Amino acid sequence: MVVFRNVAELVELAVSQNKKISEIMIEQEVAVTGRTREEVFSFMDRNLTVMEQAVERGLKGVTSHSGLTGGDAVLMQAYIQKGNFLSGETILDAVSKAVATNEVNAAMGTICATPTAGSAGVVPGTLFAVKKKLNPSREKMVSFLFTAGAFGFVVANNASISGAAGGCQAEVGSAAGMAAAAIVEMAGGTPEQCAEAMAITLKNMLGLVCDPVAGLVEVPCVKRNAMGAANAMVAADMALAGITSRIPCDEVIDAMYRIGQTMPTALKETAQGGLAATPTGRKLEAKIFGIPLKEKCVQN
Amino acid sequence: MKYRSVFDIIGPVMIGPSSSHTAGAARIGRVARSLFGREPKWANISLYGSFAKTYKGHGTDVAMVGGLLDFDTDDTRIIDAIEIAKQKGMKLRFIEEDAITDHPNTARIIIGDQHGELELVGISIGGGKIEIIELNGFELKLSGNHPAILVVHNDRFGAIAGVANILAKYELNIGHMEVARKDVGKIALMTIEVDQNIDNKILTELEQLPNILKVTKIVE
Repeated sequence: MVVFRNVAELVELAVSQNKKISEIMIEQEVAVTGRTREEVFSFMDRNLTVMEQAVERGLKGVTSHSGLTGGDAVLMQAYIQKGNFLSGETILDAVSKAVATNEVNAAMGTICATPTAGSAGVVPGTLFAVKKKLNPSREKMVSFLFTAGAFGFVVANNASISGAAGGCQAEVGSAAGMAAAAIVEMAGGTPEQCAEAMAITLKNMLGLVCDPVAGLVEVPCVKRNAMGAANAMVAADMALAGITSRIPCDEVIDAMYRIGQTMPTALKETAQGGLAATPTGRKLEAKIFGIPLKEKCVQN
Repeated sequence: MKYRSVFDIIGPVMIGPSSSHTAGAARIGRVARSLFGREPKWANISLYGSFAKTYKGHGTDVAMVGGLLDFDTDDTRIIDAIEIAKQKGMKLRFIEEDAITDHPNTARIIIGDQHGELELVGISIGGGKIEIIELNGFELKLSGNHPAILVVHNDRFGAIAGVANILAKYELNIGHMEVARKDVGKIALMTIEVDQNIDNKILTELEQLPNILKVTKIVE
């Protein structure tokens, strides 16, 4: 009953029926769940509202319970306002909003997982930044989420969207790929270009590990969302410029999956390796959980 | 296809910080409560793999208890769930297990009260999605693609036919069915996947059948 099983099929359907990818996703959702188009659309609209509220809260300033994260979105926004930035305004806006969302997540606030909570900043961050540039209608913004969802759907079913199973490449990597594809569609790109944008983004995040300091979804998660958003923006522009990925999107997704399978568990959300195992990482862990530092070090 | 809906990807709306360790945990707790049919008086929760390593920081413990209290993934009461449970007199135990499981986010929940117990094993596969893989010692092989019901019954002839007849009466098509029993004549379990959504009144009707002990819909 499912209409598309991989990106090639998704693009083929969109091209042959002369529809946008978001439209294919909506139609599939209606067919699979039996809900009406209006219900499906309004459900996604609700998710959009949650995303807006999270960004708003993050931009006002929020700190996590552990104190590890918080306040960076505010810093970046202030820096943008000053006007002396070096990168583009849109990309930095995306960064600040991706960070804002993830800081709210770290503070146990309400967010919309896209596709996961740890990667929840990338899609809304890029959406609300691109919104300023492209001035989309509310309907187009909701469609953005359907486009992103379609690509995430393929990754989830053919690879993984879980850090514990595939590392951060599966979470922020996937989210960034989803965002890049959605940006391309909103900017008027073709379905093929959406796929290229996803491939280009994901390729550049292969091997990214999940090494959370103190096991919390904070360090380096918040900054990974920042870079995920930045990657998505650049990949989208590359695709819109006509640049293509030599390796087709489905094969990039498969490569991500296989790399995830061979990743050691120490680098898959167990806080046993990478940044989590650095001296500072262990010090922070000991401080937050009140374990004597010596005990933590001996464990390694 | 494990993920069927676009809202498995864009969603759930949830309390952070982790879709697999917070939202997924809440959902596992909620399924346990739904299968138990009431709020338990005590809960022993064993966590394996990544769940075990990160549960404190990810609020897995409060989320699971929140689920046992019937909270949804975006219920802000999740943060205080353990306090709320304690106030209700619920006894809670969390155990970090070292055993390696097939899936990195596995939880075994045993809940009960003076009238009975329930044990289930759930896995959080990512993005908030969960699967229940074991119930009261019975291995469940649900595809997750279709609505499913679990029927706990006494192992007697006619029990399966009785259930199948009622489903046929309501024109519900059975896509996949597994039957298993602990021993001849003892407790048995039917796992039935149907193509259409099952109304709650059908579940009530099924429970009226002789030898049927409990009927629950799996809501994942």
